[in-house]
Amino acid sequence: MTATTRTDDPGRMPQSQGARAGSGGVQIVHRKQPRSHALLSLAAWVIGLLFALPVIWMILTSFHSETDAATNPPSVFAPLSLEGYRTFFAAGPWPSLLNSLTASVISTILVLLLSFPAAYALSIRPVKKWTDVLFFFLSTKMLPIVAGILPIYIFAQKTHLLDNIWLLIILYTSMNTPIAVWMLRSFLAEVPVEMLEAAEVDGAGLIRTLREIIAPVVMPGIAAAALICFIFSWNELLLARVLTGTVAGTAPVFLTGFVTSQGLFLAKVCAASLIVSLPVLTAGFAAQDKLVQGLSMGAIK
Amino acid sequence: MHLTSRRGQQRRERVGQTGAERPRTRRRRLRIGVLALTIGTVQALSACAGWGGGGLGGGGADSINVLMVNNPQMVDLQGLTEKYFTAKTGIRVNYTVLPENDVRDKISQEFTSQAGQYDVASLSNFEIPIYARAKWISPLDGFIAKDPGFDQDDILKPMQTSLSSEGKIYGEPFYGESSFLMYRKDVLAAKGITMPPHPTWPQVADIAAKVDGAQPGMAGICLRGQPGWGQIFAPLTTVVNTFGGTWFEKDWTPGVNAAPFVEAVTFYVDLVREHGEKGAPQAGFTECLNNLTQGSAAMWYDATSAAGSLEAKGSPVRGKIGYVAAPVVKTKSSGWLYAWSWSIQAASTKQENAWKFISWASGKDYENLVGEQLGWSRVPAGKRASTYENPKYLAEAGAFAEPTREAIESADPENPGVQPRPAPGIQFVGIPEFPALGTQVSQYVSSAIAGRMTVKEALDRGQRLAQDVAERYQSREGK
Repeated sequence: MTATTRTDDPGRMPQSQGARAGSGGVQIVHRKQPRSHALLSLAAWVIGLLFALPVIWMILTSFHSETDAATNPPSVFAPLSLEGYRTFFAAGPWPSLLNSLTASVISTILVLLLSFPAAYALSIRPVKKWTDVLFFFLSTKMLPIVAGILPIYIFAQKTHLLDNIWLLIILYTSMNTPIAVWMLRSFLAEVPVEMLEAAEVDGAGLIRTLREIIAPVVMPGIAAAALICFIFSWNELLLARVLTGTVAGTAPVFLTGFVTSQGLFLAKVCAASLIVSLPVLTAGFAAQDKLVQGLSMGAIK
Repeated sequence: MHLTSRRGQQRRERVGQTGAERPRTRRRRLRIGVLALTIGTVQALSACAGWGGGGLGGGGADSINVLMVNNPQMVDLQGLTEKYFTAKTGIRVNYTVLPENDVRDKISQEFTSQAGQYDVASLSNFEIPIYARAKWISPLDGFIAKDPGFDQDDILKPMQTSLSSEGKIYGEPFYGESSFLMYRKDVLAAKGITMPPHPTWPQVADIAAKVDGAQPGMAGICLRGQPGWGQIFAPLTTVVNTFGGTWFEKDWTPGVNAAPFVEAVTFYVDLVREHGEKGAPQAGFTECLNNLTQGSAAMWYDATSAAGSLEAKGSPVRGKIGYVAAPVVKTKSSGWLYAWSWSIQAASTKQENAWKFISWASGKDYENLVGEQLGWSRVPAGKRASTYENPKYLAEAGAFAEPTREAIESADPENPGVQPRPAPGIQFVGIPEFPALGTQVSQYVSSAIAGRMTVKEALDRGQRLAQDVAERYQSREGK
């Protein structure tokens, strides 16, 4: 136990230093050029609003009736209606939402189970002459998925895996593992060596080191990696559209079903998009603190 | 990589796995147990293949899988299936509903590989003869013979012809359409213009010039300009036909830059540039529908199915629209023919159940059901003669019912122009290469509408593309 408390501080040091240095920098700017600071915040607000505008627009449109949603110029103050949501729920979205949840959650768990040991073996206890494997991992992401879709389809057809959620789980796991390995590797590399040494001196074994020394430090990293994997598999459309049918269809496939070439669909699609993005938004908000830590600490600085 | 090498120096032996070894092992076992349990639970929860129910791929023995386009009529069908079909027959129907382009991709992927995932798919009269020749879909004559209640003779003749191949029927229409000219009766009347019941294209161009700007922001006519073989080339090919042009002569000689084709496209492009809608190079069916609904166009030449939306309750132009036959030049009629239809995949193992579904969805009773339950304007019409004798339907759709029926009845998919054709089709050429060819050429024509290219230039390029397609057929037929 003493090992943990002692080594915890140096672990936090780089972060707290960074934070201090960062806020110090802003303060200096503030003191010297208050006007440019105000301009900067204004710019930040404008850019922030620009980014948020499509989402706000989507939310607003989702509460309009189909005819009001389709007008040009747009009718912002049209009466609100729940028509879009009613159509969405009447279409029976639950099977596809549950399919998406199954595929995303299971594949994310599998990705973490596979990529954590790999990342461990690539950073904390590197296996000799194996670090090049990182580039091999990355190279699997270089081929566009669409280039491999035909062989995958034929494979799935021959193995009777078409329209089976487990095929998507396998594909999402393999699609996200390289990213997770890269992310986790750089997070693990941040664990100070001194901490591990101290833990060993104090007699901590592998599991205890992992749980009590490494986990607290890299938890934000794991959260960030998990969330990214979850988002990628939740939003994946191409594979799901080609490989699923009536049984294993996921939420994005269900979502595209509202777009029609005959008749109006904007309000329904906006309502459906909002509901389909809710789980990811919720997960993002729930993991916000960890995520900010993780993302500012790790690979995607 | 520097981090890894730094770590490389840190390799050290494990120290102290002595004292706390046993309790740790126990705890580890416990953890592994918990993990295994979690995975097991998730696995059990997710059942065998997915949450949609049923087993792998095909679903249960008494269920069928249907792949269809998500047009409003199909969405209505989906809503009525469980209560009115499954309850009576015990056959569960699992639907996959996708937008038109996606559904075409998926259908061709599914049917070319004969994957057998879907028993029934919504195909159009463009695909059905092609798929039938490739033996990807089952002939329906056997089922029809055993099902007199379906009343095949009630199906409009041009529909039957366009859904058949080598004398066998391969598809049953769900709803059909032709094309006609829609115009604002009030706007024309205010200008003192009378629309002839069978107008010619020059007459239409004259009227377009006169009513252009009749109300602020109102274009004389709305014509599709959006690239796509099913977009601009649906109306444009009918114009080409009636001007005496054709994509291919009987011996596959391409005619894309021949005089009548050029004349027709020049006429169309000039008309839409001079008196057409704003943003014409991007305007498709939906945009023109909006234009007419919102009073931004006085006339529109397009699908007969548009009338249902124009005359729907709440439409600002309800009751103000007149409908006349597709304008002509050298032919007697020039309306197109299109039908979303049902076909059974040859690899399906549930053909009997699939036919029961088709017989229900394309049957007379289903039309009545939609009329009673959802309203007569939502009936999937345009396929049965009896629909146009139904007083309840006529009361609701009287404004456009007769022009629609006439347009469909007068369409001749085998002989739509002034010369014999090598493949069937009015607004398309019934060959697998046509979507690619039509879409590429449509991009040039769309550029011509935008003023970036002359019509001659666009069609000269189109001719070269058509030549490539023609050579394949000529060499095949030369053998």
